[in-house]
Amino acid sequence: MGVGITVEHLNAFYGKTQALFDIGLVVQANHATALIGPSGCGKSTFIRCLNRMHETIPEATVEGSVRIGDLSVYNGTSATQLRRRVGMVFQKANPFPTMSIYDNVAAGLKLNGFRKRKLLDEVVERSLRSAALFDEVKDSLHKKSGASLSGGQQQRLCIARALAVQPEVLLMDEPCSALDPISTGKIEELIFQLKEQYTIVIVTHNMQQAARVAEFTGFFLLGKLIEFDKTEKVFTNPTDKRTEDYVTGRFG
Amino acid sequence: MSNQALPRPRFNAPDPERQGKAALKVETKSAPLLQGHVSEFPDALFGWAMRLCGLAVVVLLLLIVYKLLQGSQLSWHAFGWKFFGQSEWNPVEDQYGALTFVYGTVVSSLLALIIAVPLAVGVAVFITEMCPVRLRGALSFATELLAAIPSVIYGLWAIFVLIPLMRTYVEPLLAKTLGWTGLFTGPAYGYSMLAAGVILAIMIIPIISSITREVLTVVPQHQREAVLALGATRWEMIRMGVLRNARAGIVGAIILGLGRALGETMAVTMVIGNRPEISKSLFDFGYSMASVLANEFSEATGDLYLSALIEIGLALFLVTIVVNALARLMVWSVTRGQPTKGVA
Amino acid sequence: MNATFASPILLPPISWQRRATDRLMTALSVLTVLIVLTPLAAIFAYLIYKGVSSINLAFLTQTPKPVGEPGGGMANAIAGTGVILAIASLMGVPLGIGAGIFLSEYGRNRYGDAVRFVSDVLNGVPSIVIGIVAYGLVVVRQKHFSALAGGVALAIMMVPTIARTTEQMLLLVPQSIREAAYGLGISRWRTTLSITLRTATSGVITGVMLAFARVAGETAPLLFTAFGNQYWNWRLDQPTAALSLQIYTYALSPFDDWHRQAWAGALVLITLIVGAVAAVRIAVRHGTLGAGA
Repeated sequence: MGVGITVEHLNAFYGKTQALFDIGLVVQANHATALIGPSGCGKSTFIRCLNRMHETIPEATVEGSVRIGDLSVYNGTSATQLRRRVGMVFQKANPFPTMSIYDNVAAGLKLNGFRKRKLLDEVVERSLRSAALFDEVKDSLHKKSGASLSGGQQQRLCIARALAVQPEVLLMDEPCSALDPISTGKIEELIFQLKEQYTIVIVTHNMQQAARVAEFTGFFLLGKLIEFDKTEKVFTNPTDKRTEDYVTGRFG
Repeated sequence: MSNQALPRPRFNAPDPERQGKAALKVETKSAPLLQGHVSEFPDALFGWAMRLCGLAVVVLLLLIVYKLLQGSQLSWHAFGWKFFGQSEWNPVEDQYGALTFVYGTVVSSLLALIIAVPLAVGVAVFITEMCPVRLRGALSFATELLAAIPSVIYGLWAIFVLIPLMRTYVEPLLAKTLGWTGLFTGPAYGYSMLAAGVILAIMIIPIISSITREVLTVVPQHQREAVLALGATRWEMIRMGVLRNARAGIVGAIILGLGRALGETMAVTMVIGNRPEISKSLFDFGYSMASVLANEFSEATGDLYLSALIEIGLALFLVTIVVNALARLMVWSVTRGQPTKGVA
Repeated sequence: MNATFASPILLPPISWQRRATDRLMTALSVLTVLIVLTPLAAIFAYLIYKGVSSINLAFLTQTPKPVGEPGGGMANAIAGTGVILAIASLMGVPLGIGAGIFLSEYGRNRYGDAVRFVSDVLNGVPSIVIGIVAYGLVVVRQKHFSALAGGVALAIMMVPTIARTTEQMLLLVPQSIREAAYGLGISRWRTTLSITLRTATSGVITGVMLAFARVAGETAPLLFTAFGNQYWNWRLDQPTAALSLQIYTYALSPFDDWHRQAWAGALVLITLIVGAVAAVRIAVRHGTLGAGA
């Protein structure tokens, strides 16, 4: 079962430049929450603060509080431990190029010390099924490399890889932006199903996608969270004029 | 700005039909497999281990400097700066002066440069500017193959092929035509300063050539086109559009070649004659700093003898460092710090 | 229709001097290439011509005969080279790769710049000077020449080369790969070794082999460390024969038979060097899943 995320007074910096200003929101467990906004508005930065990837960039800092379930992200645990509970799928699929499909999916477990072969086999199969990839690759799990798949397949591989570690939260940073419509459709279908067991936060610049998959939507602009509400309300009856301008296509 | 609001996107309610379809069954999660606390210790340990490796590199250099300084103390105290001004090298009487070796190193290296530079630059220009593209790979591979040949094999070939050639054909010819300069007089044994210069030249051509090639390639295409557009011939384009721009880098390549020549040991030792004498004629035997070390170090008896040799090693070390640093600065200024490959 | 045009401007024809100069410079360039390729061809030709006939079973399996007697071989030198290179690699390769990892993953700052600079300086130190230092460090302490001392000298030479090539290969691994690993909750050290280094493996190995090939042919640093030996020696603390040393000694000797053997030894050495590099290139290409760096 997924857990909820509570963000309070989050400020993020790249060196001296501030990228996020006093963000506060609550992500509901077992729901999909979309973050929309024009390029450069800070939504990717925000999502990377949730699993402490932001601080891997030199000179990047964060202030504020993030709680995932009962765990305080910035005070309670090491970044490595946190990231085992929070999975991430990136904009451009990044499977490990020198590893087979099997090894890619198993990487998160194997490289964290978990080596029981039989159980690994199960987890790999289960994760690939959850990512709707198993049937397509089941005959070449060990033979084909992760990088030899098509773009859409690679991204689903990355999803399977993230799921194998059994996180409670799944963060997705524009996962379909580099994919064709059919692959996009498959992945959206996936998100729909994954919601039941995971809490999903998805960054997207495609408003229709947000409308399709998410129950909640947050609108970011210039590093600030302008509005955060049920998706239906944000798109059909937004409170803030800026939100309305964006969703109706006046800018962005 | 139009008053008409653009139609709002319709919010798609979850499709009731789709709910029942169960197209995908997401498998239920099992209990978490990764338990337990993650220690920060291995990360910290690894980081320090890697930093230690980096430090080790610096320590190695410091160790080299230390050992050389320590070993040359005795000689330094005994002779001071005169060590490099005196030419008498007499182990029997414990009198040591390194002038002949310095002379030998400098002359053989300069000679090598005089021969190698036109050839290396010519090859580089040909490969980058004139060569048909198909040949380019093969030619650059060939020049790099020259760089892979060990020094002792160059020396071996020099003894049995180059020296007889020099003795039989080259030296008599030089004596006949250029003997009046005083540089090509005296008995022609083949083993000579000249031979050392020639074999050194062959050995440093690859490095000068490959750096020059890199430097030439970095010159932007529009420079070449600008000169061509003025109606220049190809050679004029090369001269004005390419070589002129790459000047600093080419000088850097040459200095790098010099650095290599200064430290080269085996091939030189095998052909230079190994007699500590300063002589004007290039036909005469000579002795270089690296050669005296190669020949006499393992048999040096007596602390002062050994110390004198180490002092020569120290001098060689310092000179090559300065020369190499200078060269890299010049090359870097042209290529802007792009990684240079194959620079040994 | 009779439009009046201004008389067309005629560009001055390219003078014959300029054309001749152009042709001359092209010819000269071709000439330089031919001149430079000649010794290359000559050396390989002689190596094969003079060396092949002398390589026989005896050469590869026997030790040198006493001075002046014909026959015998360089078996102990070949083995000695192997031993010394093994010692050098054991010390130099891990240190070099570690320094390379430092430069790429922990050294994007001025400390890294300092190490980078020192590494390039070390690369330019004449090999005979390194031999002197290894002598001071090992031979003096042990009171005799040894394979270990030779290995130390060669290791010192390998480290800077390996460090720089490793760094460059690691920098080629895209940051997104590292991020994928961090995102999975893989610790930094594990990511560096099992993901980053693993992705760059083929390039790193090539760099190691190039350093290996470079020191395999070195003679000067072995002159007063390993020193050479006419007999078999497997002890690490005794003078040891090496191929390059043997070639040197034989080439300078007055005996025709030893000259012949020197050529044979040279052919074996160059084959070893070229062979090692080629073997690694092939192995690496077939080893990875075809998607490596």
